[in-house]
Amino acid sequence: MSTKIRVATTSLAGCFGCHMSLLDIDERIVELLDHVEFNRSPITDIKHCGPCDIGLIEGGLCNADNVHVLKEFRENCKIIIAVGACAINGGVPAMRNHFTLKECLEEAYLDGIGVENPMIPNDVELPLLLSKVHPLHEVVHVDYYLPGCPPPADAFMKVLTDLLEGKEPSLPKEILHYD
Amino acid sequence: MSEPTNKTITIDGREIPFEEGQTIMDAALAADIYIPHLCHRPGLSPHGSCKLCTVEVNGRSASACTLPASSGQEISNNTDALNEVRKTITQMLFVEGNHFCPSCEKTGNCTLQAVAYHLDMLDGHFPQFYPRREVDASHPGIMLDRDRCILCELCVRASREVDGKDVFAITGRGTDARLIVNSESGKLVDTNITTDDLAAHICPVGAILIKEEGYEVPIGRRTFDLHMVGEPGLEPVILRKGQHSDEH
Repeated sequence: MSTKIRVATTSLAGCFGCHMSLLDIDERIVELLDHVEFNRSPITDIKHCGPCDIGLIEGGLCNADNVHVLKEFRENCKIIIAVGACAINGGVPAMRNHFTLKECLEEAYLDGIGVENPMIPNDVELPLLLSKVHPLHEVVHVDYYLPGCPPPADAFMKVLTDLLEGKEPSLPKEILHYD
Repeated sequence: MSEPTNKTITIDGREIPFEEGQTIMDAALAADIYIPHLCHRPGLSPHGSCKLCTVEVNGRSASACTLPASSGQEISNNTDALNEVRKTITQMLFVEGNHFCPSCEKTGNCTLQAVAYHLDMLDGHFPQFYPRREVDASHPGIMLDRDRCILCELCVRASREVDGKDVFAITGRGTDARLIVNSESGKLVDTNITTDDLAAHICPVGAILIKEEGYEVPIGRRTFDLHMVGEPGLEPVILRKGQHSDEH
């Protein structure tokens, strides 16, 4: 049995920018891997979350699958961290909340400029869209928040290092940004 | 103005002078003591609506921007308890509007954002309102995006008291409260507001923006990317558009 801290990550209604920023920790990931092993994550390609210590979740909730994955993380992770603007307040995807879902689909697939073969996709494989985009904390309990679009690599390191050391994570003001 | 006196108040244990007629906020700003605020700007009549400047004066809560300073006041300002309440107020301001910092031209120059940084706000805590509010892009030089309006009335007062124009007002109550424009069409283009007006520049958030200059200073080099909101002497810098004090 490994004694390493288990971390899972996922991107819901996000752009993977937060994951890219996590990878910006560069060679520090080598040292991090001395203490941490990745479970479900785009980094490992493991498809389902096992019991974990920390779940890093990027993106808000825009469809039924996002909600399903979020609940899987909440059931399996001792600590859930909402990572980035979208996870915290819906972010840019939530700007569709100005419009009805019908208006959004019609603009994207029927009436938009340059649309060919206009047709709203309705394959059964496609997760159903929520009528509004929501942040994570409206559906599950979130333990910590890591703001930024994306949060800088140093912010990831700070929060993970604090947790590895058994401390309450805190962000110094110099790396606290919402943009 | 009355003559300077040797009257004093005490803020967080520090004794500072005040002049007759000054509010607690005026005296604090003159002494380089930061009391968080959004709806106050020196030179405009105090409004007392945002409540961020709530301090404890001899044990009772009061708005520093409206309460006149008077001799012997013992004031608590930078305490954990007050800052926690201020953070909650700021979270409510965020969730009741549509504040998506990454897509806002004002990011980095936004006082709401800077106050939230100052208070270590990491999340909105409350459920998002996602209100639907009208954008007015009718004016060739000025954009009005009500999504980000926090109803501080700085533009209302600047237009009335400094520009002498009365372009803006707040109407409605509670969640229906909104910024309206004083023209028959209700559009900015039909008012006499110009890009030289204080009302066009004073917005602490990204609700009233000058067009075509939003990205002249890149993100990462803006006022609150380089300064903390509580730094003394920042007020004129915040008002200067397109540049900050470190650039020429």
